Amino acid sequence: MKYMKEIAIIFGVTLAGEILHALLPLPVPAGVYGLFLLLALLCSGRLRLPDVEHVGGLLLDLMPVMFIPAAAGLMESAAELRAVLVPFLTITFVSTLFVMTVTGRVAEAVLKGKKEEGR
Amino acid sequence: MFLYFGMFLSIAAYLFGMWLKKKLGWAVLNPLLSAVLLVIAFLKAAHISYADYNTGAQYISYFLTPATVCLAIPLYKQLGLLKKNFVAVALGITSGVAASAASIFVMALLFKLEHVHYVSLLPKSITTAIGMGVSEEAGGIVTLTVISIILTGIFGNIIADAWFAFTRIKSPLAKGLALGTAAHAIGTARALEMGEVEGAMSSLSIAVSGLLTVAVAPVVSGLL
Repeated sequence: MKYMKEIAIIFGVTLAGEILHALLPLPVPAGVYGLFLLLALLCSGRLRLPDVEHVGGLLLDLMPVMFIPAAAGLMESAAELRAVLVPFLTITFVSTLFVMTVTGRVAEAVLKGKKEEGR
Repeated sequence: MFLYFGMFLSIAAYLFGMWLKKKLGWAVLNPLLSAVLLVIAFLKAAHISYADYNTGAQYISYFLTPATVCLAIPLYKQLGLLKKNFVAVALGITSGVAASAASIFVMALLFKLEHVHYVSLLPKSITTAIGMGVSEEAGGIVTLTVISIILTGIFGNIIADAWFAFTRIKSPLAKGLALGTAAHAIGTARALEMGEVEGAMSSLSIAVSGLLTVAVAPVVSGLL
């Protein structure tokens, strides 16, 4: 029964996210609406962690596997990629490293500044 | 084709990837990368088409929406940390979104890319569901966008540990923000493995950087 209730809650919130996605004219996916909805329900105390965390933990544990089908689909798109292969891969890899560095360094600089301020 | 073939192959390949990493102890052996390569190699060797594999495997992907919803759980657990470090979080994600647009724009200029390829790449660091919409809106090629989003995610997932060591990014909070902002949900899968704080901050970054990109894309896409 525990699992059934948790699944019902998580699927219910996901459905609400899908409905919001259909109703609102923003390019926000159902999952992101659902994420904020679940967060609001937890913050307001309408739901408690034990109401969702077992099935939620299972889904998060399986999350990397959920990307495998789409990623394996890359074997089908070799032709589309070939025409722009070099700039495409360069931009993808370099910009990913750049974003990671900027975000991480900026966050660390703010954290460090705060720590020194506290001294 | 059997319906559970694709599902079993995907999960078995990931478990094998985790086993391989543990066995050999090489950080570059990312389980997701091993799993994807293994699935492709297996399908090629056994002459099974991607479509046959995907008849079953696609059902795993359906659980991506509720799994995204459940990212609220680690986020909720770390809400105190988020409030305490709000400035670091907000500035980190915002500067990351700006860095993404700026670096793609500059390199698109250098490579003399056409508008259609430039805008296809713009949403590469955000989650697929939002990125597809951004690309379509800006007149990009959605297939190319999806490819670059997935490649970005896998690359970010693989490189994170080595890159954080190289750039000396040490705090779990900064690591989580960097992974989520640069490599969306696939990066977040790695962040969740690193720890609870990393996972929570990465989850938050997916949503915030996605929404910010939606807001700035119409302006940035007009630049080239």
